[in-house]
Amino acid sequence: MDFMQIIFLLCAALILGSALMVVTTRNMIHAALWLIATLFGVAILYVLLNAGFLAVVQVVIYIGAIAILFIFAVMLTRREMRDQGPQLNKGWWMAVLISLLSFSGLFWLFNNWSGFGRTMVEIPAGSDTLKELGLALVSPNAFVIPFEVASVLLLAALIGAVYVSFRGK
Amino acid sequence: MNFWNDPINFVSVWLRSLFSGWGMADWLVNVLLAVMGIVVLIICAMVLDIMLVWVERKVVARFQDRFGPNRVGPFGLIQPFADIIKLLIKEDITPVGADRIIFNLAPILAMTAVLLLWAILPLGSVIYGVDLNVGVLYIIATGAIGTLSIIMAGWASNNKFALIGAFRTVAQMVSYEIPMLVAMLIPTILAGTMSVNGIVHAQNVWFVILSPIGVLIFIISAIAELGRSPFDLNEAESEIVAGFHIEYTGMKFGMFYASELLHTFTFGGFIATLFFGGWRGPYAEIYPLLGVFYFFIKAMFFYWVIMWVKYSMPRIRIDHMLAFNWKFLTPLAFVLLIVTALVDKVLAQTNFHATGMLLANIIVGWVTIEILRIHARGLRKKDEIPAKPSTQAAHHQPLRGEK
Repeated sequence: MDFMQIIFLLCAALILGSALMVVTTRNMIHAALWLIATLFGVAILYVLLNAGFLAVVQVVIYIGAIAILFIFAVMLTRREMRDQGPQLNKGWWMAVLISLLSFSGLFWLFNNWSGFGRTMVEIPAGSDTLKELGLALVSPNAFVIPFEVASVLLLAALIGAVYVSFRGK
Repeated sequence: MNFWNDPINFVSVWLRSLFSGWGMADWLVNVLLAVMGIVVLIICAMVLDIMLVWVERKVVARFQDRFGPNRVGPFGLIQPFADIIKLLIKEDITPVGADRIIFNLAPILAMTAVLLLWAILPLGSVIYGVDLNVGVLYIIATGAIGTLSIIMAGWASNNKFALIGAFRTVAQMVSYEIPMLVAMLIPTILAGTMSVNGIVHAQNVWFVILSPIGVLIFIISAIAELGRSPFDLNEAESEIVAGFHIEYTGMKFGMFYASELLHTFTFGGFIATLFFGGWRGPYAEIYPLLGVFYFFIKAMFFYWVIMWVKYSMPRIRIDHMLAFNWKFLTPLAFVLLIVTALVDKVLAQTNFHATGMLLANIIVGWVTIEILRIHARGLRKKDEIPAKPSTQAAHHQPLRGEK
């Protein structure tokens, strides 16, 4: 076991443990903070995979925007930030069944997939992954159509938000 | 390789051979060297932080026509150490109903967010923690951790003033992040790289000449991001006592205070790095330690500029603060980004690059001022119409003693 694997295992433990805490803790703010820990663990995974850009974007968007928004929403909507009711409802066995089924399905799928056992590709010293990513996003041979569709979608969301906030006046 | 041309590498090569000589494994040597580098960088930053307390107090004293600390040691230089001893022996109070873990974690995260920035700050041509190819985004990402620390402090204190202060700060930081990021994209476009050291290397002409309006936007949004006056609504004494750190005592408060000072200095360093050539200066390429000297002079100067703004401006109202960002700074930053990208692409290979960029900035600035003037004239007209002389007289209450 080399150094990378130790870090990966620690990081996976962090992600799984804090994700478990998100759903089991009764305090809503604690749940949001544990969610931040989970997302931070995912950012570390990106760093381990040499995807620095994705790691930084993960922190900026998920921790800097979405998690902060969660915390805001929790603080603004609830006076009592503690969940008093029972944490399980009648359908718990269905949830267990579905999650077990999807886990075994994914496990089976990944077991048959050739990419699962692949070792990490060594990035040549001179190449800039960020530049490659940028070129791929605007190149017609790669991802230009999904990229443009996503930007149109975001623009529509932006206009929609402005429209909703204007309608009251 | 000699020490004066490449000090960090020289020391690291020497240490590596020393450790290998003791029979250490390769990976252990790597980890050990990395840890040593981090510890040395953090110690330098923290020692600088102690002196910043003295600088801050001396400068504010000068602005307010006082002497500042001058009793302990020559020029009051020992004063910060006395302050630290005072902070350390103060009673450590955790308020009733506070969330103990989050309450104690918040000041640590606040300091961490600032120290993380030092990892990418290029102090000299070869003296830096790490040369990330996403450096510019990394600055914003650490800002997100700073925001998180403030909202944790505000919530965990179990105090409504702390919570309001945290809300204000977060609203401010989240919104001013946008013009700041756009302003940082301008040097990125001009240099063709997001790496902070790469941006410094590309500044044969300082970017302040190519984009003076970008510098202004960056300085304004950096001040807002730091939560310093005129944007210090998070600690508006007259409204919410002390804001998010109201319940903190002793060294925990000291951590917030120290992180604010170091954050300010670090942003002074980033202003210098992104727009004013960073460590560049005569002979800085050959002797990196000279570059460190230039860098600190520039960073200190911009630290002083931020203090200058802080101690001469009144606090602005919260709706004005948000309107200023969303209705003025953000659109201006985006327009400037588009103009910069276009002009840079058109003039990249010609001799008029610098002149053209400067002219484009002047035109953008002039158009902005014209639009503001027309807008202000419209507002004034709207105010003037209902104010007829007769109604004004009816409302006019004579003051006591007025004839």
